[in-house]
Amino acid sequence: MSPELINLIVQATFESLYMVGIAALLGTAIGLPLGVFLATSRKGELFAAPLVNRVLGAIVNATRSTPFIILVVAIIPFTRLIAGTSIGSTAAIVPLTIASTPFIARLVEGAIREVDGGLIETASSFGASPIQIVFKVLIPEALPGLLLALTLAVVSLLGYSAMVGAVGGGGLGDLGIRYGYQRFMPEMMLAVVVVLIALVQLVQSAGDYLARRVNRRLRHR
Amino acid sequence: MSCMKALSMNAHPSLVIGEPVEIRHAAVQPEVMVRFENISKTYPAYRGKPGVVALRNIDFAIPRGSITGVIGRSGAGKSSLVRLINGLEKPSTGRVVVDNRDISALTGRELRLAQRSIGMIFQHFNLLSSRTAADNIALPLEIAGWPKTEIRARVTELLALVGIADKHDRYPSELSGGQKQRVGIARALATRPRVLLSDEATSALDPQTTRAILDLLANINRELGVTIVLITHEMSVVRQLARDVVVLDAGHVVESGHVADIFTHPKHPITQSFLAEVTGDSLPVSLASRIVQEPCGHAVIRVQVRGAGAGDTLIARLARELGFDVSLLSARIDEIGGQHVGTLVLGIPGGDSAAARALVWLSQHQISAERLGYVA
Repeated sequence: MSPELINLIVQATFESLYMVGIAALLGTAIGLPLGVFLATSRKGELFAAPLVNRVLGAIVNATRSTPFIILVVAIIPFTRLIAGTSIGSTAAIVPLTIASTPFIARLVEGAIREVDGGLIETASSFGASPIQIVFKVLIPEALPGLLLALTLAVVSLLGYSAMVGAVGGGGLGDLGIRYGYQRFMPEMMLAVVVVLIALVQLVQSAGDYLARRVNRRLRHR
Repeated sequence: MSCMKALSMNAHPSLVIGEPVEIRHAAVQPEVMVRFENISKTYPAYRGKPGVVALRNIDFAIPRGSITGVIGRSGAGKSSLVRLINGLEKPSTGRVVVDNRDISALTGRELRLAQRSIGMIFQHFNLLSSRTAADNIALPLEIAGWPKTEIRARVTELLALVGIADKHDRYPSELSGGQKQRVGIARALATRPRVLLSDEATSALDPQTTRAILDLLANINRELGVTIVLITHEMSVVRQLARDVVVLDAGHVVESGHVADIFTHPKHPITQSFLAEVTGDSLPVSLASRIVQEPCGHAVIRVQVRGAGAGDTLIARLARELGFDVSLLSARIDEIGGQHVGTLVLGIPGGDSAAARALVWLSQHQISAERLGYVA
């Protein structure tokens, strides 16, 4: 493989990491509070607001049921509004963030709901405010689950990022389609797949390691 | 005993334990710590499930510094009752006054401040798995906004108080059930509450650990003067620890008063069934199966005696004064609410008239007795 091609792979890898990294950060920044709210806003819960809960839940479901490639194209005007352009890696971060936020929110909701309700009652019994309960009880207790959820979100984002080539987003998926498929370069396709597999393995192992480290429940059994 | 009569729950469903005349043990502080005033609690119908009346016409008081047991079957309303005390639940009607404050009227920040003077321990301990023993105990102090150095000192003091000073850095997954409950107790006491609520705190523990935890609670009550309210479905817990008892059934207080009084003269069937769990049926199976109702052989009389040396000389006196060869068929002595309570089953020869004379003699000496039947 020529140095130029290797250069292309390195550049595409960085593009992918850039898109996925920023989208994961933004998706977490919005998805984490959203997920916590979804997990605590049903009737009788900490921030009870059943109506808001149902509306947000419906929006989350709607976003999640839109195929990603359709979402990318459908929101081009919105992408242009936010990023100033609809083409390139930076522009691709917009649909990636919009797709990952509800996904992360649902995963966070699941992880928070796993926390024993008795702990919420306990904290309430010694006068903790709802916000204190979120930061001192729910998030620390759900941390292993939250880390695994974020790992899963990053892995999914890597998959999604392969599709943003459709709007000139670049990245590994784009490279694989344009060189590997359209220019009949199987060695390029193979290289892209190998790099993606390595990235996913790396992310998953790191996530598993961190989750195990913070999990005190199983550590000593 | 006029005091006994006042304690009877049959005539009046509502009763105040806290009035000085009725309190033998609270001579030091005859004040009231918790008062339920005409409480009812209804859970509204939700998603097709019908509404539930959890508590009705609850009206009693818990003396300051006492240990009061609330006993009832599951679903009797115990959990709702205890959660009214720390404001985790609101009554549908009536008010709950804790330490001279109407806690049922407080909300938001005011309620959270009041909750710091009421500790609670739980059946499943409810410790944070992500925090060490010390950090679990520190949690209510962090929430109350204590400075770090004071928290550290207080936590060390509390770990020593509950006897697990060496478990400072252990996580709950490394502790036994009894140790976890000690952490729970230390955490509940962290903010120096005046009331400690125990929600089935020993129900998940083995008998030996239960005894140790109950001893610890008794010490805490004695040394810190903390009023303890324990809800339980286990008679043995009430018997070992509590001096006052409230018996709940289907949301009603069916009986309440001093443990020794209530459990030596149980009036309500629920109370009687709780008592039977501790004292057993008091008749050995071999004896029970031989009892018949037609007069023959020996009359079988069950006698209940109370107080120090309960029943020591009863048989001898009965035999001497009435001239019977009284035989002892079965006997047991229990300690209930700090009093010895003896149950003796006697065999009286000489047919019906002799048994009747024995019963008269016993009632003249204010000893409760009943004829169970006859054995050949």
